[in-house]
Amino acid sequence: MKFDTIIIGGGLAGLVCGLRLQKNGQKCAVVAAGQNAMHFFSGGFGLLSRLDDGTRVDEPLKAIPSLDAAHPYSKIGAEKIAAYDNEIKALLKEVGIPVEGDATRNRYVISASGALKPAWLTVEDIASVADKTEKIGSKALIINVEGFLDFNTSFIAESLEKRGTACRIAAVTTDEIRRLRQNPSEMRATNIARLLDKEEVRTKLTGAIKALVNDEDCIILPAVFGLKDNAAGHKIAEDLKIKTLFIGTLPPSVPGIRYQMALKTAFEAAGGTFLKGDEAVGAEFDGDKVTAVRTANMGDILLTGENYILASGSYFGHGLISDSEKVYEPVFGADVIFNADRNTWYDKNFFHKQEYIGFGVDTDEKFHVRKEGRSITNLYASGSVLGGFNPLHEGCGAGVALMTAFNITDSILGR
Amino acid sequence: MEAKITNENNFEQCIKCTICTVYCPVTPVRPEYPGPKQAGPDGERLRLKNKYFFDEALKYCLNCKRCDVACPSGVKISDIIQEARIEFSTHGPKLRDRMLASTDFMGTLASPFAPIVNATLPLKPVKAILDGVLGIDHRRTFPKYSGTKFESWFKKNAAGKQAAFKKQIAYFHGCYVNYNYPQLGKDFVTVMNALGYGVNLLDGEKCCGVAMIVNGLTEGAKKHAKHNVKVLQKAVDKDMKVLTTSSTCVLTMRDEYKDLLKIDNSGVRDSLLLATKFIYSLIDTGKVKLAFKKDYKARIAYHTPCHLEKLGWGIFSTSLLKMIPGVEFTMLDSNCCGISGTYGFKKENYEVSQAIGKPLFDQIGRVGPDFVACDCETCKWQIEMSTGFTVKNPISVLAEALDLEATAKLNG
Repeated sequence: MKFDTIIIGGGLAGLVCGLRLQKNGQKCAVVAAGQNAMHFFSGGFGLLSRLDDGTRVDEPLKAIPSLDAAHPYSKIGAEKIAAYDNEIKALLKEVGIPVEGDATRNRYVISASGALKPAWLTVEDIASVADKTEKIGSKALIINVEGFLDFNTSFIAESLEKRGTACRIAAVTTDEIRRLRQNPSEMRATNIARLLDKEEVRTKLTGAIKALVNDEDCIILPAVFGLKDNAAGHKIAEDLKIKTLFIGTLPPSVPGIRYQMALKTAFEAAGGTFLKGDEAVGAEFDGDKVTAVRTANMGDILLTGENYILASGSYFGHGLISDSEKVYEPVFGADVIFNADRNTWYDKNFFHKQEYIGFGVDTDEKFHVRKEGRSITNLYASGSVLGGFNPLHEGCGAGVALMTAFNITDSILGR
Repeated sequence: MEAKITNENNFEQCIKCTICTVYCPVTPVRPEYPGPKQAGPDGERLRLKNKYFFDEALKYCLNCKRCDVACPSGVKISDIIQEARIEFSTHGPKLRDRMLASTDFMGTLASPFAPIVNATLPLKPVKAILDGVLGIDHRRTFPKYSGTKFESWFKKNAAGKQAAFKKQIAYFHGCYVNYNYPQLGKDFVTVMNALGYGVNLLDGEKCCGVAMIVNGLTEGAKKHAKHNVKVLQKAVDKDMKVLTTSSTCVLTMRDEYKDLLKIDNSGVRDSLLLATKFIYSLIDTGKVKLAFKKDYKARIAYHTPCHLEKLGWGIFSTSLLKMIPGVEFTMLDSNCCGISGTYGFKKENYEVSQAIGKPLFDQIGRVGPDFVACDCETCKWQIEMSTGFTVKNPISVLAEALDLEATAKLNG
């Protein structure tokens, strides 16, 4: 089966690569083994919020020249990153992901635990502030759905009160939602969102919330609105006639699923082929080039292309696999940067920087994957499968996915 | 070649990410069902300790396998659920379940009396008895039985001509083609002959067994599986691929035999294919060419059956349909139609079944195609009953759209 570019991985990096190439006239296939990390989307895309040594970063663009040479951003360069910043925002908005923010200064998402989490881009349907001193209101009414365990109202109240917003907590429900509680393990954000997409259920909920409002100047709701589009979120905010903010829940993330769907839909609408639930299991090479990829479902039908992009994610997506001795990349057998001494992989303090998260595929300056020390000239690596950065510690996972996707697609398009 | 973790209970690979729960079509409409995560890997940990933790509500699982397709960690969630049902359920199948599951036995009984059966089944008193006594929902439309079985038609009208073709393939027609809709089998023979392939039936195939598996008749399913592997092997030994026109038959024989029934099918698995995949690969490698009728025109909406999504082969059916000039193609959103074989026939599942399928039915109504295309017979019943639109197998569409003479010349 012939394409121009074969992309392994259907997450943020893979879909953005595919969408951009497809929009520029290429024919692409995305091989996606299972769903992706967008299902845990917290409400913000991080570019850079901390350096390797722990120094806090408020102005990501300024900090990029100080990064280690092996960091993906160093390979792209600050100038290009500044230019991609605008292009990325335009592309995301075009597919229906309404982002706000700028690479020059971080914003803050109010996380599911109420903490302020730095982010380069934030979305309209998860509460965020421009800086740590910004107050969301003087009195907030935090509303949960009765019996919904994935939204921690007390944590959120504690955090907001520290920053000067008085909080009151209440819970509401409807008969339809109450029915879900028959099964506590399925009282999840997505199942609630499906009900709240129905106007009659949402209207009842809106009524119940309105009856609770005293003198508050803002309402905080869990992000359980709008699985397919954001009409439900807009509508409830409009009907409540008071400043309404949404805060993310524990996974699955309703906005994240919607945005992932938006990217996939845009990719397919542009003519791209999305091979859902298939898994790349091996590749064929001719010298320094990949000639074909084999997948579990296609069997003897090989996927062939001019170029190949490895965007298979890290451990979670099985882009990287670790065993007792090594970390390896299973599809192409790419070189992986990791420390041979396994004792250095972990820090026993869970919240400290974990070295293993920084391991990943080795590439040259153009993100050509290295195999046995040599660059594979038509194979690129994008996103969290890459080595040279620690997405969790540095707050740069989404940034690396998006920036490398733009940089690699530029190379493939001959720009 | 296959690196996917198969044929083992890999519940410990679950990292509790919750993604599977998003894609289960049952949980949004039936809160009594614990959902794939709880029913599968989470429940498995408990069940392994003590069978007391087995929950009979696992019977609400459709076995649509959407959880497997969504899982980023490769956990075989649907197998874990089905295996738990096989191992721990203390509720034996009812008479109704046995009847629904015995597709070839019922077919053999019904076929000679097809006109009577077809006329009787839709009658209100009969439906009332089926509903009241057996628990088969009265709102359900029954697939019609055919008077002449496909096998009989083939022996009489086609078998003699097949040896003339240079290349040969085998056909697993399945119960539906044999008892309910021989036309699909005839279309298959027409298409394969035009491509230069002679068609061979297996040396006495039995129902793939899917309906027995989901209805708890495991021993019966194993018998069928052993028999089928034996007759499939005979065809494979003659260097023939074995094609089906049903996505569920092929999934069952390729994957459920080894994963659920623990029947070794390694000798035949790679040779078992959906017809559209085989035809697509012939075209892709330049081995056959198609010539289409100049005046063929159709607005087609394609529905991917759940089991075809799991196989990952929908692309072959859709690619073939898109090759036909004059086809205006719409890909329907990924949704379960709700019938899932015999599930939707059961009185206790009827409403849930229709609620699951509603988004699909609504979309088909909005698109308003000339017909729907789909590779699954039970999806066909469900969609035809629930929307009024005709559903055709892609092979039948090819048979309609191909200029058979010109195609035969190209591949002669």
